[in-house]
Amino acid sequence: MKLLAIDTSNRPLSVAVLDDTKVLATTTTNMGRNHSSTLLPIIEQSLAQAQLVPEAIDRIVVAAGPGSYTGLRIGVTTAKTFAFSLHKELVGLSSLAVLAGNIVTAGQLVVPLFDARRDNIFTGLYRIDATGQPQNVLPDQHVSVATWCEQLAAYDEPIVFVGSDVAAYAEALQTNLGARFVRAAAQLDLPQATVLGLLGRTATPVENIHAFVPNYLRLTQAERDWQAQHPKEDHAPYVEKI
Amino acid sequence: MEKQNLILAFESSCDETSVAVIADGHTILSNVIATQINSHKRFGGVVPEVASRHHIEEITICIGDALKEAQVTYDDLDAVAVTYGPGLVGALLVGVNAAKVIAYTHHLPLIPVNHMAGHIYAARFVEPFQFPLMALLVSGGHTELVYMQADGQFEIIGETRDDAAGEAYDKIGRVLGVPYPAGKVIDEMAHQGHDTFKFPRAMIDEDNYDFSFSGLKSAFINTVHHADQIGETLDKNDLAASFQASVVDVLVSKTERVLREYPVKQLVLAGGVAANHGLRERLTAELPAKFPDMKLVLAPLKLCGDNGAMIGAAAYVQYQHQQFGDATLNADPSLEFDWMPNMVH
Repeated sequence: MKLLAIDTSNRPLSVAVLDDTKVLATTTTNMGRNHSSTLLPIIEQSLAQAQLVPEAIDRIVVAAGPGSYTGLRIGVTTAKTFAFSLHKELVGLSSLAVLAGNIVTAGQLVVPLFDARRDNIFTGLYRIDATGQPQNVLPDQHVSVATWCEQLAAYDEPIVFVGSDVAAYAEALQTNLGARFVRAAAQLDLPQATVLGLLGRTATPVENIHAFVPNYLRLTQAERDWQAQHPKEDHAPYVEKI
Repeated sequence: MEKQNLILAFESSCDETSVAVIADGHTILSNVIATQINSHKRFGGVVPEVASRHHIEEITICIGDALKEAQVTYDDLDAVAVTYGPGLVGALLVGVNAAKVIAYTHHLPLIPVNHMAGHIYAARFVEPFQFPLMALLVSGGHTELVYMQADGQFEIIGETRDDAAGEAYDKIGRVLGVPYPAGKVIDEMAHQGHDTFKFPRAMIDEDNYDFSFSGLKSAFINTVHHADQIGETLDKNDLAASFQASVVDVLVSKTERVLREYPVKQLVLAGGVAANHGLRERLTAELPAKFPDMKLVLAPLKLCGDNGAMIGAAAYVQYQHQQFGDATLNADPSLEFDWMPNMVH
């Protein structure tokens, strides 16, 4: 199976082309958030280096969130349009699982995290299984650092924290978790589309490509406010064909 | 028969996701529009993040429907076109990225289109353009007079110094308790009322082609608030009629002024507010008699709002000039008309 993997969920951008478990080409950058300009050229280069035409791809795997809303939409729009227009399989995976997948020590607890500003983070708790794949222990969530530390207190073993944004919260995490807070090696902090592709290779493709959207993990502020004021109302459909 | 030129055109700059298939720049084979009005009504206006989320829900559905309704496949297409600005950046990005992918996966040239150029080219579905041409472009974000010496060449002659006309409609709509988008309802109310309030006609006598609508908006709001304070009930239809009379007076008189200075073969009325019946009726009633050598071309009602068809029409001109973009194309939320020729008028 020829597979294209895309992760633009945050500041890093990563693209990989795989042939089953063999990596044919991969590029990861960490130069900013202008993914709209850089993603497609990198996909083009990666496929060219792999000596493949777009039609040759069997499956597209995309990191579907959480993360930067704009970054997610660039990756997901690209992935779902690619899959839809060429009738290919589409797989969406947790952006946090991709990062957790950088750790391969069986049995290890791993916390990947992304900054969500104002002392909030997108995070989840994972345990690496015997095959080296991250399995969710606590679901991906949008949570304050303080609340997250309380949740992690139940796990009396070392936890490896992975991601570029860990640095911003290292002090608070260290204070709360003591010696259980273990920082991943710096080279493991960037998401790798190769990991995403390998995880997505065996995952179940989405049934309805049209319905595939990013997993934002948060409603918009406007919708939260509206729901609070209109607890029982729902005037869907919100989008109508005219 | 020679093969038709077919362009798949994307529009997602605000709260409509639209994909169209256009033949030879002037025939609509399909024009699928998914509008989010029902969603943004909840908030009294377009919330950008909500709009972006809806676009990504709709985008591939619109692509599929546009091809199906046009009864064409990707192989029949000659190019992919997309609005890349101006507009809401998150909304634009969905269309831009989808269009780029289709161009790549199906080996087609990509045509980046200015949304405002698209609005003008909505009138191309009425009749071929003759140059020089003047466009009165009135929408929620823009109010401008655009001079065109040739296809694809745009020079802004006059524009609003503050609010766009459509923006003023939405703002006074809130004061009148009219749900978003207010334009259509206020237009209907205006037809049942009379201009009794005589709101100011800003800049109407000034020797330029610029507009201003914030003073009118303030006068309107002050009138309503004053009446509220003294417990007086004002006739809402008369309020709407008075507001609309001021907007239309200013638009029409400035347009007449510019037409006296810039003789043109056609005046195009386009943009979301071009659907306003009051404006259409006044232009139709007054301009042909005053400018007998000029043709008034009103963008079709169905194509005044945002849609992919108009983007396809504008893109066809760029296709003929081979003005293509590449895989690096990004959204440009504050895109302006960038081709300003050194003209001698």
